[in-house]
Amino acid sequence: MLRIKNLEAGYGPLKVLRKVSLHIGPGEIVTVIGANGAGKTTLLKTVSGLLAPRGGEIFFEKETIRKVPAERIVSLGCSLVPEGRQLFAPMTVRENLILGACVQYRRRRHEEVAEDMERVFGLFPRLKEREAQLAGTLSGGEQQMLAIGRALLSRPRMLLLDEPSMGLAPRMVREIFAHIVHLRKEFGLTILLVEQNARGALAIADRGYVLETGRMVLQGPSEELLSNKNVQRAYLGWSSEESA
Amino acid sequence: MFWEADRECMNREELEQLQFERLQSTLNRIYSHVPFYRKKFDSLGILPEDIGSVTDFSRLPFTAKEDLRESYPYGFFAVPLREVVRIHASSGTTGASTVVGYTRNDVRIWSNLTARILTMGGITKDDVVQIAFGYGLFTGGFGLHYGAERIGASVIPASSGNTLRQIKIMMDFKTTALISTPSYAMLVAETIREQGIPLAALSLKYGLFGAEPWSERTRREIQENLGIIATDNYGLSEIIGPGVSGECRELNGLHINEDHFLVEVVDPETLRPMPEGETGELVITSLTKEAFPMIRYRTRDLTSLLPGHCPCGRTLRRMARVKGRTDDMLIIKGVNVFPSQIESVLFEIEGTEPHYQIVIERKGGVDEVTVHVEVGETIFFDQMRQQRDMMEHIRKRLAQELGINIEVKLVERKTLARSEGKSQRVVDRRTL
Repeated sequence: MLRIKNLEAGYGPLKVLRKVSLHIGPGEIVTVIGANGAGKTTLLKTVSGLLAPRGGEIFFEKETIRKVPAERIVSLGCSLVPEGRQLFAPMTVRENLILGACVQYRRRRHEEVAEDMERVFGLFPRLKEREAQLAGTLSGGEQQMLAIGRALLSRPRMLLLDEPSMGLAPRMVREIFAHIVHLRKEFGLTILLVEQNARGALAIADRGYVLETGRMVLQGPSEELLSNKNVQRAYLGWSSEESA
Repeated sequence: MFWEADRECMNREELEQLQFERLQSTLNRIYSHVPFYRKKFDSLGILPEDIGSVTDFSRLPFTAKEDLRESYPYGFFAVPLREVVRIHASSGTTGASTVVGYTRNDVRIWSNLTARILTMGGITKDDVVQIAFGYGLFTGGFGLHYGAERIGASVIPASSGNTLRQIKIMMDFKTTALISTPSYAMLVAETIREQGIPLAALSLKYGLFGAEPWSERTRREIQENLGIIATDNYGLSEIIGPGVSGECRELNGLHINEDHFLVEVVDPETLRPMPEGETGELVITSLTKEAFPMIRYRTRDLTSLLPGHCPCGRTLRRMARVKGRTDDMLIIKGVNVFPSQIESVLFEIEGTEPHYQIVIERKGGVDEVTVHVEVGETIFFDQMRQQRDMMEHIRKRLAQELGINIEVKLVERKTLARSEGKSQRVVDRRTL
């Protein structure tokens, strides 16, 4: 579904991604784990067209999207749920969702928007309750739901999720991760999940990649990464004695 | 029958992407964790991220057996020893052997890969699998044992030797599959015939053979004499052990587990790639190994990559049976023996001359090795006892050094044929 080869990106003199390659098959949940500054957000920004890559190839369903503008990538079916939600605080929940549907309006599919809105409310009943509330007044978890809901209104086939667990209470983190699994099941979505919360991400992902200072150093099925001592030490907070 | 159909029958384009991703992360890991590779890369001015395609791949340095020996025992390990759960070593009992390690994930992947090979050879969970490979430092026994268990077969860790007992187990336990060297299978067949045991008394259906080169003729004999389907499989401890490649029931070459190993066939002299179908030296790069990753390891085994698709449905490319070696290593009873090892034993024994000849014959499926050694005038041939003691001494030292028994014959000075150039140290009379 998504195939990246030798992706290079950075800001000014700073090289962030150094020949990163990864792939995701249809229906897969794949996570990229890594520490702060490893290049996870840069990776998603580059894939979603917000940052121009300096080298490498990106294919979305066999079509190159390397030089495709961000809004076009959304209409191709690949939506980003950005880090820190990036909602419009002074606008209502409903208004924020409608902003996500602009691709659908351009497709002249007005009637589908209402339908999709109901599906999102079905998925996150809490958003329905707060439909008219200003986004800025929502809790962190609700804001994350809204950010995901907004992305769903473009009718994507693939979601790019940037640190959805960030800043959330542990119970809320579990809830958000459960929603992600549900998104695949109910909406048939393919999911690329970038996370610092390695344990939570690997628990729901089929496969994972480990990004360190812009380089992929490890990859494999989630259970393999969970039993890798390096991953345990660096990302799961175990010492090797405990895990023995 | 497939063990992992999604991998074994993978679309080639997807496979290449997967191989490339795995290669990149292997390079990133070895560069930061294996000093040998870091030094080598630095001296060549290569960074892991410079490798952006299979063409760039050919810029990477080769790794030779000598490099591993110089780093004896743990120099090539890419993880700390506390993360290693298993250690094996290549045959040879001295410092000249190479030591390899496995993390928990490595063992899991290894089991899975040998499970693929066993499935290719016909093994299912309903089989009773007798493993007559040595269990020990040698990778053959444990490697296939774990794979057979993974499949769910009933595994008999018979280990090597004691042929009569092996045959009794085979009859009593109703063994359906034999796993051993091809020469051992020949010996089993021979012994069964000698003992007058009818084939009907056995339940054997399959045999998976490896660890030494063999031929189609040997396959026919084994198949006829044991009433089984015999498949070939290949591996080496430096890469993982068994599990690198194996034959499916089409018996037309060995499918390489390419999602875990990147293979090349090169001209052993120029090191340039050989065209498909042409024989050269097999070079292997590991793509998923954690504890003991290898970059472009020169196996010294001669083979070729076979063109065309296999009717079995696997997309994994096939290699021909190993045809021989590029060095003088001998494989005797599945054990790797270098003439130089024999030479060093002889040199430390007083009274021997620097002339010797190693004669290998195969009698009734068993390799028999005799070392003919010239002895100087200090040994008097009329003193039988002195001679016997010396032969015994050499035999013991060789057994210590090589781990196998070798016959010794003393001959008078200047009786072994001398040749102008390279003297013929090895006379191999085996017909495979």
